[in-house]
Amino acid sequence: MRDFAPDTSPRLSVRNLRIGRNGGTLLNVENLDLTGPGPTLILGPNGAGKSLLLRCLHGLIAPDAGEVCQDGAPLSARHRARQAMVFQKPVLLRRSVAANLNYVLRRQGLSRGDRKMRLEALLHDGGFASKATQSARSLSGGEAQRLAILRALACTPDILFLDEPTSALDPSATQAIEALIMDAARKGTRIIMVSHDVGQARRMGHDIVLMHGGQVAEHATAGTFFQSPETQTARRYLTGALVL
Amino acid sequence: MQNFAEEFRAALGLILTGDSDLWEIVLLSLKVSLLAVLIASAIGMPLGAVLAVSRFRGRRAIIVLINALMGLPPVVVGLVVYLSLSRSGPFGVLGLLYTPTAMIIAQVLLVTPIITALTRQTIETLDDEYAEQLRSLGVSRLASVPTMLWDGRVALLTAFLAGFGRAIAEVGAVIIVGGNINHVTRVMTTTIALETSKGNLALALALGAILIGIAVAVTAAVSVLAGNRGAEQLSHA
Repeated sequence: MRDFAPDTSPRLSVRNLRIGRNGGTLLNVENLDLTGPGPTLILGPNGAGKSLLLRCLHGLIAPDAGEVCQDGAPLSARHRARQAMVFQKPVLLRRSVAANLNYVLRRQGLSRGDRKMRLEALLHDGGFASKATQSARSLSGGEAQRLAILRALACTPDILFLDEPTSALDPSATQAIEALIMDAARKGTRIIMVSHDVGQARRMGHDIVLMHGGQVAEHATAGTFFQSPETQTARRYLTGALVL
Repeated sequence: MQNFAEEFRAALGLILTGDSDLWEIVLLSLKVSLLAVLIASAIGMPLGAVLAVSRFRGRRAIIVLINALMGLPPVVVGLVVYLSLSRSGPFGVLGLLYTPTAMIIAQVLLVTPIITALTRQTIETLDDEYAEQLRSLGVSRLASVPTMLWDGRVALLTAFLAGFGRAIAEVGAVIIVGGNINHVTRVMTTTIALETSKGNLALALALGAILIGIAVAVTAAVSVLAGNRGAEQLSHA
């Protein structure tokens, strides 16, 4: 049983979001409300618009039409300052493990003493205490992604977006990443994560958004989605059929 | 017919005995070129970085122009600086012609495009990788420049050394604006040209050996730095 903090995390809503390129529509989401406790998992085949939706939600891509709102207000710089994102391929600075974490701590205006304490806590909690001075780019794939997530969490975000963070990792590294994310979710960070892995969505998801052809094919709580999906697309996706 | 073996021995003697004239020329060369490259870096690195991260009308034309300026003929640069600093030129009143400062100005003009172009390439590559992540962390485009300049420091040091290599080996511009005046503006390359024409091969050979030594050291440093960077990228793959 997964225990999440009472739902005080921000609510994201999408209204009539549209992104097109070269006459075609890449993303067309009329209504989507992301509320409730626990992680939201966005599933779907390649090209379904999952990553594009995630970037729109985080404000990295401006839509051609429509808007993303947080707690009822259009997404602003103030909101974005309380969000963080982790990418499929971890982007680490060409610095040491500690310097990667320090980079975001410096931006928070902490005193030198507080920064040092938080850095030590992060290194310890993340299992990097013995690798603090090691080049971040010499870490293994799993460690690198764990550091990227740890760095994002060091921003103390209200919302953490993750774009297939475990897609290139083995089961052991995946388990460590999932534990880190679930721990953040339990502490009240809203998690919105893109995944290809139905098993991962079962393990982690509070609610599931299934994307297909740039649209939301289905959005339901994990229990409903996996036990009695409403749409034919969701049923086919869950049975492992090739959803094109 | 000269006895080359004797000339080589004499050249070696000049180097090993610490001949004051020889080392004065070497030190002036290093001073002029290092100062020129430092100034060129102070101009070229921020300029290259801004060109890499900004988007504006005419940006592509500026990049093409800077790339083209990398191949500037030194004698043309020397002529332009000469005309600018000569008594009747726009900056003649400063009285800089035939001084080390004039040589530094000429070398800055030659080296700045090289450092700007190499910096732009380096930062553009880094920007492809970092842009979304830094934006996600709340770092503005302009604020991302110092981050990328620091993270690209190895490649930028390579650019610095490439610029230094160009400056220290340059002869055409510095001989025009410096005048090759003994104890004032005489540097390694201009001395080699002069002493060879006079038949004083020992000094020319000694300076040539030192110049080659500097060129080899710079190339080795670039190779080591580039090798380390390659290894780091490999370990990340």
